[in-house]
Amino acid sequence: MAQRTHEGTLEQVDAVTGVATTGHSWDDIQELNNPLPRWWLWTFYLTIFWSVLYAVAYPAVPLVSSYTKGLLGWQSREAIEVDLAALKQQRSGMTAKLAASSLEEIRQNPEMFAFARAQGKAAFGDNCAPCHGAGGAGAKGYPNLNDDDWIWGGSLAQIEQTIRFGARSTSDQGHSGTMPAFGRDGILKREEISHVADYVRSLSGLPTDKGADLNAGAKVFADNCAACHGDKGQGMQELGAPNLTDKIWLFGSDKTTIMEGLQNGRGGVMPTWHGRLDDTTIKALTLYVHSLGGDQRP
Amino acid sequence: MIATDSMADAPLSHPLGAAASDDEAPLYAPRKQIYPQAVKGRYRTIKWVVLAVTLGIYYLLPFFRWDRGPNAPDQAILVDLANSRFYFFFIEIWPQEVYYITGLLVLAALTLFLMNAVAGRLWCGYLCPQTVWTDLFYAVERWIEGDRRERMLKDKGKLTLKTAAQKGLKHFIWLMIAWWTGGAWVLYFADAPTLVYDLATFHAPLIAYTWIGILTFTTYTLAGFMREQVCTYMCPWPRIQAALTDEYALNVTYRYDRGEPRGSVKKNEVLKLQGLPAGDCIDCNQCVNVCPTGVDIRKGLQLDCIQCGLCMDACDNVMVRIGRPQGLIAYDTEMNVQARIEGRPEVHRIVRPRTLFYAGIIALVGSIMIASLAMRQNLYLSVMHDRNPLFVRLSDGSIRNGFTVRVANKHLDERRYALTVEGLPDAKVDAVGGDIDPQGRAIVTVGPDQTLEMRVLVTDAASAASDSTDIRFVLIDLSNGDKATTSDHFKAP
Repeated sequence: MAQRTHEGTLEQVDAVTGVATTGHSWDDIQELNNPLPRWWLWTFYLTIFWSVLYAVAYPAVPLVSSYTKGLLGWQSREAIEVDLAALKQQRSGMTAKLAASSLEEIRQNPEMFAFARAQGKAAFGDNCAPCHGAGGAGAKGYPNLNDDDWIWGGSLAQIEQTIRFGARSTSDQGHSGTMPAFGRDGILKREEISHVADYVRSLSGLPTDKGADLNAGAKVFADNCAACHGDKGQGMQELGAPNLTDKIWLFGSDKTTIMEGLQNGRGGVMPTWHGRLDDTTIKALTLYVHSLGGDQRP
Repeated sequence: MIATDSMADAPLSHPLGAAASDDEAPLYAPRKQIYPQAVKGRYRTIKWVVLAVTLGIYYLLPFFRWDRGPNAPDQAILVDLANSRFYFFFIEIWPQEVYYITGLLVLAALTLFLMNAVAGRLWCGYLCPQTVWTDLFYAVERWIEGDRRERMLKDKGKLTLKTAAQKGLKHFIWLMIAWWTGGAWVLYFADAPTLVYDLATFHAPLIAYTWIGILTFTTYTLAGFMREQVCTYMCPWPRIQAALTDEYALNVTYRYDRGEPRGSVKKNEVLKLQGLPAGDCIDCNQCVNVCPTGVDIRKGLQLDCIQCGLCMDACDNVMVRIGRPQGLIAYDTEMNVQARIEGRPEVHRIVRPRTLFYAGIIALVGSIMIASLAMRQNLYLSVMHDRNPLFVRLSDGSIRNGFTVRVANKHLDERRYALTVEGLPDAKVDAVGGDIDPQGRAIVTVGPDQTLEMRVLVTDAASAASDSTDIRFVLIDLSNGDKATTSDHFKAP
């Protein structure tokens, strides 16, 4: 059935319902041309209106070198800063407690200790893991923090000192003292270096080369090394001279590596964190590193 | 009957444009306002009692106290979301024990199945919150606006000031009930007396007001306006119920073997005198008038019927008045109606494989839950080996492994525990932050109803350890000797 519309065109109307059809027919099936529900249409108009408001109020349109800022001046960076400030505020009670307590006091208080360990673990991942590894296991030249061998000392105060000012760092309060380049600087001859390398291996019970002259090595050691490493090779934490008698080797225990150290010297750098990390974070890091494995009982 | 609003706007038409016939009637049936009539009787009384008991429990239980000592709340039922604890009288559930709640839900479902196998939709008719609150709202409506006839007349007639005032009062009372419903809900999540005080003085957290608002809205809408439509269109249980039932399950049944052919008292008297068949149903429509879902039970078992039993009361009252035996509508089965018509004996089988099966599973699940509850430990130990590094060589050559150990003390007082390791005879155990006793055991203290996570270091001589040794952590409660163990490994190069 067809009827004429206002425009004068013919419009198909469904006989049963009296509703106009779209005029299309598929296998004799026709579609009714019902208008959109009002509520749907109004919701649609509302969203258009809303999008205009939104574009005016918030950053929206990208420009060549900038973008429209929006009337509210909202920025995602500021939103993050607000969130971070809120987080800081939330933690402020515990942070203040940590700031006011000594390392030893925090260590004795389970609640503060747990908080410091958690904060220290996060700070360790952000700042220390690139060199010392995520679990503090270290690498060649970067000390393992889980063992009981501490080049600069493993007490809470010593660890804090090392984190704060570093070793061979830019801070004049940091640890200094380097392993000289005995070979390169012409202090020792090649065979003397070989002798003393054998001798050092023997100090920690490692096998030596056949025909190694340990007596010659001992003499070289007494003349050149004992000043820092001690007459028995037991090391000296004040100078960062490692204990040569234990089973832990920062660079490696094979003769080539030891000779390499004697030839070129050693001087790994721990940076200074004072001024880069706040005092509470350094305290938390100290307690975390101390608990990793050091945790030397007084 | 299944239709949506959009279909009302666009009724399907015959493609060829043929004249409308019966099967082209609109698919959408608009809701007919239902005005259930008041009724008195046995089932109505049962429903009042169930209503009073269930609502009484719901509204008042948060105020019930249960002494647990100084380190735990004294509310009998408390969902303590902030501290992740659920208290139920003498039971305290930690988040990792949430399977008890799962078990309770399994039991609830099985009980629903068993009820269904015995007597159909007992849950729908008497216990479901939708039924109970709707019943309460109808009672308020009847009390203020009058019974069926009065309400129908008022809705048909002009809106007078008196009617408007009555309707206003009705909605006010409905909102108060709905508000109290939401209020009672939030009391299960905090110390009830404190929260009531905070709510009254506007010091309660926003979330409490929000939830009261949500539940006020849902109660008011579902019990005041949606009513039987919730059961007919929204609830999945009628569909599941229809699939689970069998021919032995008792249902509210119109005994048409006795009722038909229906007719007025006088007409049927005449028919009887002539020796012609005449039924007991006098077609008074009382069963339809009292029905809260607006069905005619005489049309047989149907999806809309929630089997509340009110038509049985209405019919019994009429039967008494006309001097006929009660029970024209009664809990019966279609099978037995047919059996009576055909002169076969009736079959009543409440105890049958289906009910025995459900009862058996309920007993099984229930006993498993009770047993696990009775045997559960108030001590919990979990151990996680360090991933990085797996092991550490110490300066004397020995090997040390680091572990993260978590001890949960579910007692309501502080406990001291000794931690040891089995599997490495000479290993040393040290808990960072703990002590070591003269026997070399690591001693840790855990506060009441708390967990403690700590770093535990196990050290053993390098020569004694293979690359991976099975070890067992043993935790002993020093006050009563309770023991918890867990297995792990000791790694070496």
